[in-house]
Amino acid sequence: MSLISEAEFNGTLAEPSMASVGDYIALMKPRVMSLVVFTALVGLAVAPGAIHPVTAFTALLCIAVGAGASGALNMWYDADIDALMTRTARRPVPMGRVKPGEALAFGMTLSVFAVAVLGLLVNLLAAALLAFTIFFYVAIYTMWLKRSTPQNIVIGGAAGAFPPMIGWAAVTGSLSFEPILLFLIIFFWTPPHFWALALYKTADYARAGVPMLPVVAGDAHTRLQILLYTFVLAPIGIAPWPLGYAGPLYGVVASITGAIMVMLAVQVFRERRPVERACRHLFAFSILYLFLLFAVLMIDRGWGGLIARLTA
Amino acid sequence: MSEQDNDKGIVLTEAQKRARRSRSIAIAVSLIVLVVLFYMMTLVKGPMILVRPL
Repeated sequence: MSLISEAEFNGTLAEPSMASVGDYIALMKPRVMSLVVFTALVGLAVAPGAIHPVTAFTALLCIAVGAGASGALNMWYDADIDALMTRTARRPVPMGRVKPGEALAFGMTLSVFAVAVLGLLVNLLAAALLAFTIFFYVAIYTMWLKRSTPQNIVIGGAAGAFPPMIGWAAVTGSLSFEPILLFLIIFFWTPPHFWALALYKTADYARAGVPMLPVVAGDAHTRLQILLYTFVLAPIGIAPWPLGYAGPLYGVVASITGAIMVMLAVQVFRERRPVERACRHLFAFSILYLFLLFAVLMIDRGWGGLIARLTA
Repeated sequence: MSEQDNDKGIVLTEAQKRARRSRSIAIAVSLIVLVVLFYMMTLVKGPMILVRPL
């Protein structure tokens, strides 16, 4: 159950809704959804075997809707802390445009539809993975970890790392080491990405009582953790090349962008003022880094296979 | 409040009517997409639509 009371934001339940379609789209966190769809597309494109384009579209649609459902359920549960943070205060539930109950019903309906349609029209493994991803993000991350441990985004980051595995499973109906490697790239990318943001939004998280690492362990320790995770991330980012899953083009791009990530993490580590440019640079570049790794992997490895499937 | 006012129930404002209409259209579009999706997937899979191996 949400920690907020319904009356706190919206008056009575009998009051007619003022929510627009745009509010419901905002509940689905479209920017997060676009990254989820993109990483799922890469998992789908690099997977061996054939998939009909309509089936591929259906799989991506279900993954997108599942991600949107997770976002809506997250906004239902977190409305109380969203209202306290500048970054999230204008979301539909804290603003009172969507009632918490409406967000809950919307998220639950989308979850059931996304999982059921993926299971009926694509395959059961992909559907099971999608169901687990939604459960992990909502129950494990949002309801449990986020408010109880500074390791919240480390463990919770797994939810964001599943989509390439779902895309792979949609094609093959199975899993192997390669999609797990894609999972690991996103998993180790998440802490430096979010902690860089948390470093310059520390006051927000502290006000909302969210135990993000900078709030609990302090600035210096967070900077060290960012550096350590980036040292692990960079070689994992390059790994598909020496392991034979990608060609030299990927290897070169992963090496250069990985080196830039390490360089920016070192800058974050060495910078001592609390709110700094280096954190913003690392946060911004980390998005480009993940996009480049997956885009080049798709071009280098999966693009040929995807075109062959579409023209077969 | 008089009994006559109670009989009217909730009267929506113009903004509420517009919001409801836009939500109704969005639900209709979603349902049409779902129908088309199931129709196309049935054409693509043929009799195999009933076979869903793990």
